[in-house]
Amino acid sequence: MSAERTTLAAAMMNDGVTAFRTSVRGAARGPLCGMGICFECRVSASGAPHERSCLMPRAAGDSPRAEARSLECDVAVVGAGPAGLAAAARAAEAGKQVVMVDASPAPGGQIWRQGDGAAAPRAARAWLARIVRPNVRVLQHAEVIDAPSATTLLVATGDDTVRVHARAIVLATGARELFLPFPGWTLPNVLGVGGVQALAKNGLDVRGKRVVIAGSGPLLLPVAAYLASHGARLAIVAEQARPEMVRAFAISLWKDPARAAMAARMRAAFLRTPYRAGVWVSRADGDDRVREVTLTDGERSWREPCDLLACAFGLIPNTELARLMGAQVKRDGIVADGSQRTTVPGVYAAGECTGVGGAPLAIAEGEIAGLAAAGVTSAPSELLARRARERAFAVRVDSTFLLRGSLSTLAAPDTILCRCEDVTVGEVSAAESSREAKLRTRAGMGACQGRVCGAAMEYLFHWKPAEPRAPLFPASVGALAARDERAR
Amino acid sequence: MTPAPDVVVIGAGVVGAACADALSAAGLRVTVLGRWFAEGAATGAGMGHIVVMDDSPPQLALTAWSRAKWAEWAPEMPADCEDVRTGTLWIAANEGEWGALEAKRRAYAAAGVASDVLDAAALAREEPNLRPGLAGALRVPDDRVLYPPAAARWLLERAAERGATVVEDLVRRIAPGEVVAEGARMFCGAIVNATGISAPRLTPGLAVIPRKGHLLITERHPGFCRHQLVELGYLASAHTMTAVSTAFNLQPRATGQLLIGSSRQLVGLDASIDRQVLAEMLARAIAFVPALARLTALRAWTGFRPATPDSLPLIGAWPGADRTFIAAGHEGLGITTAPATAAIIAALITGTRPPIDAAPFAPARAMPAMEAA
Repeated sequence: MSAERTTLAAAMMNDGVTAFRTSVRGAARGPLCGMGICFECRVSASGAPHERSCLMPRAAGDSPRAEARSLECDVAVVGAGPAGLAAAARAAEAGKQVVMVDASPAPGGQIWRQGDGAAAPRAARAWLARIVRPNVRVLQHAEVIDAPSATTLLVATGDDTVRVHARAIVLATGARELFLPFPGWTLPNVLGVGGVQALAKNGLDVRGKRVVIAGSGPLLLPVAAYLASHGARLAIVAEQARPEMVRAFAISLWKDPARAAMAARMRAAFLRTPYRAGVWVSRADGDDRVREVTLTDGERSWREPCDLLACAFGLIPNTELARLMGAQVKRDGIVADGSQRTTVPGVYAAGECTGVGGAPLAIAEGEIAGLAAAGVTSAPSELLARRARERAFAVRVDSTFLLRGSLSTLAAPDTILCRCEDVTVGEVSAAESSREAKLRTRAGMGACQGRVCGAAMEYLFHWKPAEPRAPLFPASVGALAARDERAR
Repeated sequence: MTPAPDVVVIGAGVVGAACADALSAAGLRVTVLGRWFAEGAATGAGMGHIVVMDDSPPQLALTAWSRAKWAEWAPEMPADCEDVRTGTLWIAANEGEWGALEAKRRAYAAAGVASDVLDAAALAREEPNLRPGLAGALRVPDDRVLYPPAAARWLLERAAERGATVVEDLVRRIAPGEVVAEGARMFCGAIVNATGISAPRLTPGLAVIPRKGHLLITERHPGFCRHQLVELGYLASAHTMTAVSTAFNLQPRATGQLLIGSSRQLVGLDASIDRQVLAEMLARAIAFVPALARLTALRAWTGFRPATPDSLPLIGAWPGADRTFIAAGHEGLGITTAPATAAIIAALITGTRPPIDAAPFAPARAMPAMEAA
């Protein structure tokens, strides 16, 4: 295993660190999302405070720097997961100059995350190879913090900024996990489902760790398989969806032999661990870290001791950049037409950010978007058929893993809702809108900019999330002070 | 049926909240119509710097009286008001600004406002993150910083404890003794229009125009600076009605975060962030405090100051509309001067003597013309 892809967060956890930062009210906190969203893993690194350790290589001091202040290209692709890679490859193969912008240390996105513990799967390797071309430039560890126009992205890389000017932009910003508050969810070692996997792929040693997976959706299966095959002791995989729905979904897979075989392979990897549908978490308890979790099936509750609790409630699309650019967004994702065009001319969207549907759908959408952004007006019919097939599957997944209403009542009044500012559910529930809650309690004012609590508030209180503003991610003051020489 | 209120205060920002507080303390039945967390309003967007300003004698009187009131209230204010007596440092960038600094000290002294001069070495000791080579500063130790939405809410709650009613409603129009809102029509003794930039909507002819500002807040960097830092050139930026100006203004929050300002623009009600203005404002702040460049910026936003052509607020009776009073147009000083504004309004309504001369703030006074861009 190469050490170069071990993140600082994974290395710290391997060293037994549970308290990465101290919260506003003095509680110990550690990583939750594992993918740069939650800001719970912030540490001081290389002399800079408030750095996300899950995005930093373990070896300090090699914070990547951009060489140029400004880049020109035909197609800029935001995100290097399956959709972004497919879009970039297709646009580049059509002869276009492509710039990719990705927050992680290496391309692949969440599902194809490459790291110590993970060689990319075969499909991923093929796509990763296709972007290794002279006309594709990949900016890693780079985050879009602003879009001054529909053809310009302001990208932060370390302490520097690069302005990417593009004729067309493909948004492939993926999805993040939905976290819902329950008592104990802020304890160190309570992480997301994808969060545990992200950290494990980036070097977190799970050997001998007793892990409870509790959450929802198809992601539970590959994560359970991955953790089990890397030596974790899985206690249970708890799926909140109703057992009859999950059963019907499993039976329907016979129509899709490749998927059925893959599911069977994954299940085989953790055969000795029960997979129970209709079971969800009701609380977590511990001291300096989580020690046990209480699960329930609605009638009976029981406790499971654990070292790690992996808990999240499915995926939600990352639409902040699209909304900042003025593109129409619905609750389930960015609105895109048959050519993956958003409502903003020249801006395309593909993959999970347009609606969660899995990697094969993301690839099909990415290919179509990449072709369209390159000016290829008609996509091959095979591609359109593949996208239609995958969308139909996504609809079945959606209707299977519906979140049960009782998940919105897990939190007690004193349960933290906004982790950045340590604001409780009780404090927030006195307000009647996210803006009132923000001004009254500071909820949503922290470093994650409401990405975690805003989604939870939307689910719990049906509040519209606040409109995104630049900077889309926290960035250095110096980065925002850089003037655009071409404007005015 | 409940009796008609003696006064309806329209607007629940800090000025309306302070008016409700003062009027209810005077024993009047008060109804407040508005939302303290209203979108785009100055109370929810502003810095919350409680500062004595000496740019004109009336402004000096208004700000000094108000600051004393905030200091008196400070022990009673709940913790979420984040009140801190930070003091202000007015920074002289070069020797050429010493004259202005000394004039400022004399003006404060004449009004009984304490201040002292820091030379370059003393300034560097007080605020080591300022760049070397600055000439010095005037320290105004009793200036403070607070969190405006929480302070406004506290004033409203205090009024409510005395029997005032607070109703979230949007007022459509007013006539003497009558308020028509979306939710209700209401008769009352007097009306106070405290709706900031919206004031001319209810009282056509009021000389209030929106003056846009940008602010940016950082992550927590406790101890980075201790005073509110303002460049001496700020007054020129604040009181010259140019299309765009920026000035260095840095505020340490009680949370350890830093609030960076300031910009002024006449661009109507376009609330979007102007990237060039934001960049210019931040570059100016970095020029004074180089270490700011490496701090983490969390969020940026804009707000609108209710500006008037002569930079003084509109406080008093509106001629031609019986028992209709204006408390608006405070530009960037609404948080600071809400207490004196409220005291003047309460005195005028109850027929007592205002604590300071209210004549310079007469809403229908003669003013230079001002065009919105």
